[in-house]
Amino acid sequence: METAADLVAAEDLLLFVNAAITSTGQREFHSDAAEQQASLEFLHEYVRVNYRDLYAAALALDVNDHNAALIAWNLLISAGEATPEQRRLEGRLIARRLELLPPQRVYRLFRRLRRAGVNNRRTRAIMRDWLNSRPDLAFHAVKYRGLLKEAFRHAHLKPPGELGDFLFQWRRRRRYTTPVLDAWRRAHYEREAIYRLPYTVAEGFAAHHRIPRKVFLERIEPNLTRLERLRLQETARELKVDGVRADLTRMPLTRLAGYVLSLPPSTRAERREELTGALRAAARRTAGDQAGRWGRVVAVLDDSYSSSGSGHKRRRPLAVALACHFLLEALAGEYTPLWLSGRRDALLARPYGATPLGECILDALELAPERLLIVSDGWDNAPPGLAAEVLRVWRSRLDPDGRCEVVHLNPVYDAEGYDVRRLSPAVPTAGVRNAENMPALVELARFASGRGGLAELRAHLDRRVAAFLGETRLGETC
Amino acid sequence: MLTLDGLTVRPAQVWGGVRLVPLIRDEPIEGLRLEPELYEEACGVVQVDERTCYASYIPHGFVARWSAEGVSAAYGTQLRGRTERRYLPARMAMRFHRRMARRADTGRLRFLPLHLAMEGYLSLHFGGPEIAWEEWSREALRKGLSPRVEEAYHGAEIRGLEDALRIFEIHHGQCGVLLYIGDALAAAFIVPHPADYRALHPTLLQDMYGELLYHHAVLATAVPDFRAAIDDARVRSLADLRAEAARQHREWAAFHDSAMAAGLLEGEYTVEEVYRMGPFRLSRFLPSFRRDAENHIGEIITDQAGRPAYLKTFRLSRAQVRRGRLLTLLAAHDWRLSAAAEALGVPEHALGMRLEAAGLGALLRRDLLERFRARARR
Repeated sequence: METAADLVAAEDLLLFVNAAITSTGQREFHSDAAEQQASLEFLHEYVRVNYRDLYAAALALDVNDHNAALIAWNLLISAGEATPEQRRLEGRLIARRLELLPPQRVYRLFRRLRRAGVNNRRTRAIMRDWLNSRPDLAFHAVKYRGLLKEAFRHAHLKPPGELGDFLFQWRRRRRYTTPVLDAWRRAHYEREAIYRLPYTVAEGFAAHHRIPRKVFLERIEPNLTRLERLRLQETARELKVDGVRADLTRMPLTRLAGYVLSLPPSTRAERREELTGALRAAARRTAGDQAGRWGRVVAVLDDSYSSSGSGHKRRRPLAVALACHFLLEALAGEYTPLWLSGRRDALLARPYGATPLGECILDALELAPERLLIVSDGWDNAPPGLAAEVLRVWRSRLDPDGRCEVVHLNPVYDAEGYDVRRLSPAVPTAGVRNAENMPALVELARFASGRGGLAELRAHLDRRVAAFLGETRLGETC
Repeated sequence: MLTLDGLTVRPAQVWGGVRLVPLIRDEPIEGLRLEPELYEEACGVVQVDERTCYASYIPHGFVARWSAEGVSAAYGTQLRGRTERRYLPARMAMRFHRRMARRADTGRLRFLPLHLAMEGYLSLHFGGPEIAWEEWSREALRKGLSPRVEEAYHGAEIRGLEDALRIFEIHHGQCGVLLYIGDALAAAFIVPHPADYRALHPTLLQDMYGELLYHHAVLATAVPDFRAAIDDARVRSLADLRAEAARQHREWAAFHDSAMAAGLLEGEYTVEEVYRMGPFRLSRFLPSFRRDAENHIGEIITDQAGRPAYLKTFRLSRAQVRRGRLLTLLAAHDWRLSAAAEALGVPEHALGMRLEAAGLGALLRRDLLERFRARARR
């Protein structure tokens, strides 16, 4: 028997997961960074205090890196509130999640722990295990030198081999046997050595040696990571450095969509085949064996002005919509996209105009799809509330059996409402950060529609946690 | 009487106490994007610049540059590339009665006439008494109302306006906006072409707003959205649902025009033609200065059919309305104080005190004013 408390718990948790998927504490279109952070901080504390086990279990979900680090932080600073059993599970969850996080985020978490003076046994153990399991600590020592130094200090660890000297008194040794450490030492006075360093570190040395950007990019090209390469595409094009040209088909879908949207429309039109091909390939790869299995799908995609995001998250909501468009194209058997602006050519999408969601949803329902996906920040304003009314009346009068499954995906956290903005109680809303997670989110959104209660939600979480902890393969993170 | 002919009202967007009602034009008014030929034929005073891509008439913001040839006003939105920045924009000389100046005071921005409409209001009976009745001071007879100063608030001072303008989503084909602060109509802004609107939307923040609106912005809490509401019982099919949705639009437009914008649209105005360019007329207008009505001053460009191609209004505050009303009253009675007082139905000294309270006391002879004060005290 479900009690009211259970329902509230399920609701709170879903709300928290939505927030933890979407918000990054950065500025959004409607709210600034401080508002986002304050709102998020409150939510974390609220969930941690009231539902500690569910809070920890959120680490197993697709929450974004910012929130994963925040959860780990909150769990570590409040270890006293947990039972020994809880602590053990939390420790495993945190350790597992740290494996998946990008190293700079982990180091930043360590630094924050150090600055706050959090140095309990569990924290030290987690730091020790994480550092010990790095396959290439010397590389980290070069790339994240300051951060690694702090981590070693804080965890009371002795760096292995010559690493200790390198971190704390690098001038002491004449030379280092590890190539990357030695390259770093030599890079201080030798131009050639900088090309053996990671790109971000080499960039500083290049400025120091006054190496022209073009020459630098040509030489450093083999050391670029996948995402660095993507970021440098336009710079390389301008400087005519051909080597940096990335194989776009290998990029993660949402990142790729963001890159495409950063290009001016004329360039997009010129490179239409290349870009479309890359987006389709990324979408097919993401869809995997689900490709073509979703039946008749219609998507309502938001390209209103608010999808331009903010200075921090430039065009992010639109990039998510564009990525969803291509992913759905791969997933669906029969697919119709409806952009709010009435645009037909997705590749040339640009954030402009109002948000007439209501009418667009009407158009979509007229096509009688099996699944209707709405990707929007939920600021329905032409007229306000029409989308909610249309969905409500549709559900109550025209489709009471739920023949058409409607899901709203929202890429923007609404700081004021402590949740992503919902369109209507009749339709489940899930936060989305990367279009790649869409299939999982659509499943999670099922709980939001009230069909799954807390027990089912807990079972779902337990499954996810078990899979998360048992999983050995490193997931693709981006 | 003003109309919004040729423009369709779209649903409002609300942020805090600010409500923005977009106006859509089905077809932009093309003629007003003054072509170089048109400059030569219609307005000879315009320097023709071949680099000018297009232009429309804009009163302020970009306007009013001091130069050797006197005051000139830019012909509005002129898209200029990097190379053209060095040159002055194409502009036309305008006949202002006074020089312009602008000075920031603590926390307030004070404007001497900044643009056409304001100048129109300020120059209302600016010459002072036309007949040298004995009650007027020598100063008033010699210099008229000079110097005449009005105060207004810069848009950036209006709380919430900046955010509201930033997050406002401009509609496709939008050519204008009605700006409400605390649900009081603050300004109407209409341009001939959507591209102009896009370029000029941020200038709303640089406009000036009356005192009333400043206080509204400070005191007003968030205004509610007019949310759509559909009656379940009327819907049997998807077509019904669509019809109901369309009805929401119609009802909103009707409600807006009849209730929210009525004060602007149904007011009585005194229109003065300022300039004529081909089929278009630039005029400025003054309101009725009635106490119980909204009083907007503004400037308007109308086409042959009388539709507004360009409109910009400023809402007068209470004190400004009072001054306007008194001056119009005096002028209507040939500046005879007794006649004006009679028309108002008050004794002469009461009118004198009203003049003083409105900040026009300096017009009256000093000894007369003292006498009025003494009588008022009694």
